[in-house]
Amino acid sequence: MHELGVVFHCIKEVNEIAAENNVARVNSVTIQLGEVSTVIPELFDDCWNWAVKKETVLKDAKVHIERVDAITFCEDCKQEYPTVKYGKTCPYCSSLNTYLVQGNEFLIKEIEVVDNPPAGDGK
Amino acid sequence: MDEIRVIEIKKSIFEDNDRDADRLREDLRKKGVFLLNLMSSPGSGKTTTLIKTINALKGQLNIAVMEADIDSDVDAKKILEATGVQSIQLHTGGMCHLDAEMTRQGLDNLDLDDVDLAILENVGNLVCPAEFDTGSSKNCMILSVPEGHDKPLKYPLMFSICDLVLVNKIDVMPYFDFDLALCEKYIHMRNPKAQVIPICAKTGEGIDKFAAWLKDQVKKWKEN
Ligand SMILES: Nc1nc2c(ncn2[C@@H]2O[C@H](COP(=O)(O)OP(=O)(O)O)[C@@H](O)[C@H]2O)c(=O)[nH]1
Ligand SMILES: [Mg+2]
Ligand SMILES: [Zn+2]
Repeated sequence: MHELGVVFHCIKEVNEIAAENNVARVNSVTIQLGEVSTVIPELFDDCWNWAVKKETVLKDAKVHIERVDAITFCEDCKQEYPTVKYGKTCPYCSSLNTYLVQGNEFLIKEIEVVDNPPAGDGK
Repeated sequence: MDEIRVIEIKKSIFEDNDRDADRLREDLRKKGVFLLNLMSSPGSGKTTTLIKTINALKGQLNIAVMEADIDSDVDAKKILEATGVQSIQLHTGGMCHLDAEMTRQGLDNLDLDDVDLAILENVGNLVCPAEFDTGSSKNCMILSVPEGHDKPLKYPLMFSICDLVLVNKIDVMPYFDFDLALCEKYIHMRNPKAQVIPICAKTGEGIDKFAAWLKDQVKKWKEN
């Protein structure tokens, strides 16, 4: 259910960007999704394909999802480790004094568009 | 052939909502209305806690409630019957969270003229509501004892955005391996600034402390 909510947010955002840039069509949208963001890529994909059908500029837009690995840093031994495997506890020194460096992002990275013909262009 | 162009954006999906939320917070500050966003898993005791707390604040604060937890008006009716305060049901259409725009629309349906404290009972879920700033003045969550003391480790984002964590259902502590001290430690690992108040919404234990916290927050909000 969460995925559908964020898809709507994402569509709204891309629609605004498309309007600002006077584009005719959006061909694709690239999303950067952290490994520990709360969104499941497969579900996001399904929700996206369902939701864009109702759109105009975005009607045929494909979504590309780029995964960002989750990495945690340990402040005690100054090493990085994969978050999903070890969680909050540092596998090197067992410290809990750790924080997420990357992996919770949910960004619209870029969109691929086709522009409207310039006004007054008689071709 | 149509020419294809790439527009680089690098923008968080939550940015728009964050902006709406800041705007709403500012509007509410001008009106002198403090908005509390109350979150928890389903069944942790949001509605029960609200009823006890609103009654404890009778005559001290003017309160209004928005219910978004489930898409039926059971909770809104319960609040109205048990406390007599203004209480409305927001129709979330099955959404897993409320965003700032939905919250604003909900507030538009309340008469806020004399209201000091508006409370939003958010959708019961520890994941999605944490991602969407509602425009609230403060965030509060309820963690109930049967859910276990390791919840802050499993839902770090939720705990990191809350100003106050109520640990509810402490009456059933003897039946669960719930370690309150460890729970507080986990909460503070995620959020050193979070306050923790153990309560029992069933008997009313600790509700006075929550009521005092609210009064204090509302006072500070209006002074600014
Ligand atoms: N034992 C016990 N049960 C409680 C307490 N607070 C709430 N409950 C019960 O938990 C259930 C869910 O409560 P409710 O307030 O509806 O939770 P909500 O879904 O978060 O609004 C109800 O059956 C309440 O009676 C408490 O402090 N102790
Ligand atoms: Mg409820
Ligand atoms: Zn370490």
